[in-house]
This record gives sequence, C-alpha cells and structure tokens, in this order.
Amino acid sequence: MKASEKIIEFLLWLAAAITILITVGIIWVLLSGSLPFFQEVSIVEFLTAKQWTPLFAQKRFGIMPLVAGTFLTTAIAIAVALPIGLTIAIYLNEYAPSRLKRTIKPLLEILATIPTVVYGFFALTVVTPFLQSFIPGLAGFNALSPGIVMGIMIIPMISSLSEDAISSVPKSLREASYGMGSTRLQTAFRVMVPAASSGIIVSVILAISRAVGETMIVAIAAGQQPRLTLNPLVPVETITTYIVQVSLGDVPHGSLEYRTIFAAGIVLFIFTFALNNLSFWIKKKYQEKYD
Amino acid sequence: MSKKPIKVEAKDVNAYYGDFHAIKGINIAMEENTVTAFIGPSGCGKSTFLRIFNRMNDYIDGFKTEGEILLDGQNIYAKNVQVDELRKKVGMVFQKPNPFPKSIYENVVYGLKIQGVSNKAALTEAAERALKQAALWNEVKDNLNKSALALSGGQQQRLCIARALAISPSVLLMDEPASALDPISTAKIEELIHELKEQYTIVIVTHNMQQAARVSDTTAFFYMGELVEHAKTKTMFTNPKDSRTQDYITGRFG
Repeated sequence: MKASEKIIEFLLWLAAAITILITVGIIWVLLSGSLPFFQEVSIVEFLTAKQWTPLFAQKRFGIMPLVAGTFLTTAIAIAVALPIGLTIAIYLNEYAPSRLKRTIKPLLEILATIPTVVYGFFALTVVTPFLQSFIPGLAGFNALSPGIVMGIMIIPMISSLSEDAISSVPKSLREASYGMGSTRLQTAFRVMVPAASSGIIVSVILAISRAVGETMIVAIAAGQQPRLTLNPLVPVETITTYIVQVSLGDVPHGSLEYRTIFAAGIVLFIFTFALNNLSFWIKKKYQEKYD
Repeated sequence: MSKKPIKVEAKDVNAYYGDFHAIKGINIAMEENTVTAFIGPSGCGKSTFLRIFNRMNDYIDGFKTEGEILLDGQNIYAKNVQVDELRKKVGMVFQKPNPFPKSIYENVVYGLKIQGVSNKAALTEAAERALKQAALWNEVKDNLNKSALALSGGQQQRLCIARALAISPSVLLMDEPASALDPISTAKIEELIHELKEQYTIVIVTHNMQQAARVSDTTAFFYMGELVEHAKTKTMFTNPKDSRTQDYITGRFG
C-alpha cells in the first residue's frame, strides 16, 4: 500500500475514533459528576421523592417532577406531530401529484430549520395568548403551549421519515390492494401504513427522543417550576430546562446543588440513549424484507 | 364454443402513454367461462391491454384510453362507473406473487373486509372456500395465522389467486402468473386455471407459448400494439393465418 493511502486510512480511523472518544468522555463526565451526588442522596429518594427543590432551603431531590414535566410536554408534542405528520406522509404518497410532492417536502423541512429559540418565543408570545383566549384556566407559563409548538417543530421529522417508509413499500402491494377494489384510503390505511409500520414507529421514537431533549422552547414558555403533575395548564419544568437554570444561575461549582445537573443529565441521557437504541433495534428486527 | 355468451368485449380500443401509441385500435371478444391467452413479444402491449380491463392503468401519469370495454354489455369506461366496484367483478393476479405482509387468513379475507364484511363465520367460510378453489387449502389449513411471506413462491401465488377469488369476481385477469415460478408450481397453476374456467372467465398473459397452448381455449397474438390474430388456440398453433403469427410461434422472433 502506498504511504499516502496509509495516511488517509489513518485519518479516517482517527475521525471515527474521536467521535467515539467524545461520546465516552461525555458519559464519563456525567458519571463522575453524578457519583458524588448519589453518595449524598440515595437513588431511592432520587427516584421516589415527589418534590424537586435543590435550590430551596428545604432541599428535596425527587427527579419525578422533572420527568413528569418532560413526559407531559413530549406527550403533547407527539399528540400534535404524529397525526399531522402521518397524514402528510400518506397524502404525499397516495394522493399528491409528484410535482406537488417535490415542492412540499422541502417546504416542510424548513420547519425543522427554524431556530428553537424562535419557536420558544412564538410559543410564549403568540400561542399562549391565543390559547388563553378560549382556555380560561391557562397560566402564562404552561406545558400545553410549548408542547404544541414542539409538536409543530417535529412534524417534518415524522412526515419525512414516515413518507420514506411508506414509499419503500413495494408498488406491487398497492396494485394488489387496488386490484381487489380498495379505495385509496383503504389502501393507505390497511396496506401501506401497516406494511411501513416499523419505519413509522422508528420515526415516532426518534421524534420522542428529539422532544425529550428539546430545551429552548420549554425553557422559554413552560415556566421552570418543577411540579409533579400531568395538568397541561400550569407551569412545569423539564429535565433540560432545569439543567439550563442551574448552569446559568449562581450556584457554586462543586456544591450538591451544582451536582444535581449531572444527575439530571444522566437521566436525560438514559432516556434518549434508550429511545435511539430502541428505534435501531426495531428497524433491524421488524423491517419487512421485500425483494 | 360460439354458443357461449360474450362476457368481455373491447371495441376500437386505443391507449397512449403520453405520446406513445401503445394499443392500436383493438377489437376482441371473450366468451364466458373460457380461457383466453394473450401472447406476443415483450413490449407488444399485451400486459398494458390486460390492465385496461380492470382500469389498472388509471393511476399511470399521462395514460389515456379510448374506445369501449364492455363487461356484460356495460362500458367500464363510462363516466358513472365506480372503479372499485368494477374491480370487485374483475379480479387480477400479478406477475410476481404479492401477498400482503399479513397472515394467510388476513390475506384471503382482505377483499371481503374492505367491503365491510365482519361476520367471523362468513369470513372463515369464504377463506376456506377460496383456498380450496386455489388448491392451497390442504397445505395451509393448519397454519392460517402464519405469515403469508413464509410461504414458497408457488404457494404465495396460489394465495394471491385465492385472495382474488374470495370476493367472487366473474372475470380473472392473470398477468404472467407463472413466470416467476418453478415448473412444478407452474403445472399446479395451469391445472388450477383449467378448473377455474368452470366458474370464471379468464384472460391470461403469457410469454410461454406451450403454456398458452396448454391452458387456453382461444389465443390472441399481439404485435407492436396491434391485435394480429385471435382464434381458437388449436387453429392458431397449427394453422395461423398471419405470417407474423407464424413467425412468432415458430420462434423466428420474440
């Protein structure tokens, strides 16, 4: 082998190795930061206590309120994004003329390119006042508004990945369905969507993972008040926003309060890591094999 | 043979893919409970013409059909015709087996379910009847909930035939149904076609002239989008009128 090829091969290896090293490094930082925390706070208390007040005089370290906030905003986002995203995917595949499809897909992608801080601002100043006009009990900061806006943000993720999944279903199945007198709608929902289900599920899991890790929208519009509730009308705090709050605040480095963000970070990491692996596993295991 | 009533008839049918004139002024009549074979070299329009009978070309961008196709005397291209209703009467079996990624049972009852049949007993009965008609019942009766994709290619194709039969069409269109199968599976399908013509009017596109000779009552030879000749299969293969038919069936081109 020529020397130049060896150098190139080494550089390629290096690029891959650095990526893995950084990942390992992040896990190391999270673990080494949270280990001292768990020496002072038991994991049982961390997982079961119903309050999260590390910055108050009366300190409680129950992660559940933050998990609940994360779960609530994510659930709202998926409730918005899944039906709309899937409808768009089906429309593009089964109904839209190919020229329209070529126009709409890139337009949708724009939704994903808007900076999240703009979305957050939009949630706080437009969506919340709009919702307040017909939901009287809605607080100025709440889970509903950022949840909806986050849902809008992840629509292209679901629509695009689901559309890919549906369009990779062989044409012959569509013909079989039409050939037996199915309408387009029946073909879409009884043949195409089930045949593409693994890809659609993967798109949803990746969207959930994105929503769980989303920070800016909820930091701006959800209110930063840890609260163990599933009520979408009141202020909540997610894991991500708590980390922002402490990182930007004047909590002294090395204190127990400071270490809470590593504990919160590791919970967040476990969630997104598990979701991404789940999607990878589903893709591998359930992807229908067509020749 | 000419005593049987005419089931399907094409009158002055022309079809175009954009500017390409694919089907040129075809007239043909097919009698009830007969098997008609469409033969001809690749690209001669036989498959395109077959798909005109259940309007399967409707979804192709730029495809245009002119003329009349009469099914039981009714023009299926008339404005008031519901395409999905038409396809319940004119079933289709495709070149490559295309079962849905569902269980064997769900494949067979699919057509009935989309028509709104939900009675479990009726569905089970229809599934058994269709699978028996397609000569697949004995092989799958203990495994109806197994995935259809786990069947062999020949079994999959018979499953697709069962699926088409379950909704009781009166015409069955078969687009090279055995071209992707091994000789034993092919023989089974051909035997099946013999039995099915008691109840159905069958049109089969095939590349295989021996197959056409074995299964069909009449044969139609297509060339460059034209119907060159349509006659009783025996006559066609022993005494063709047109020199192009003669050349094709003796293997001089194709």
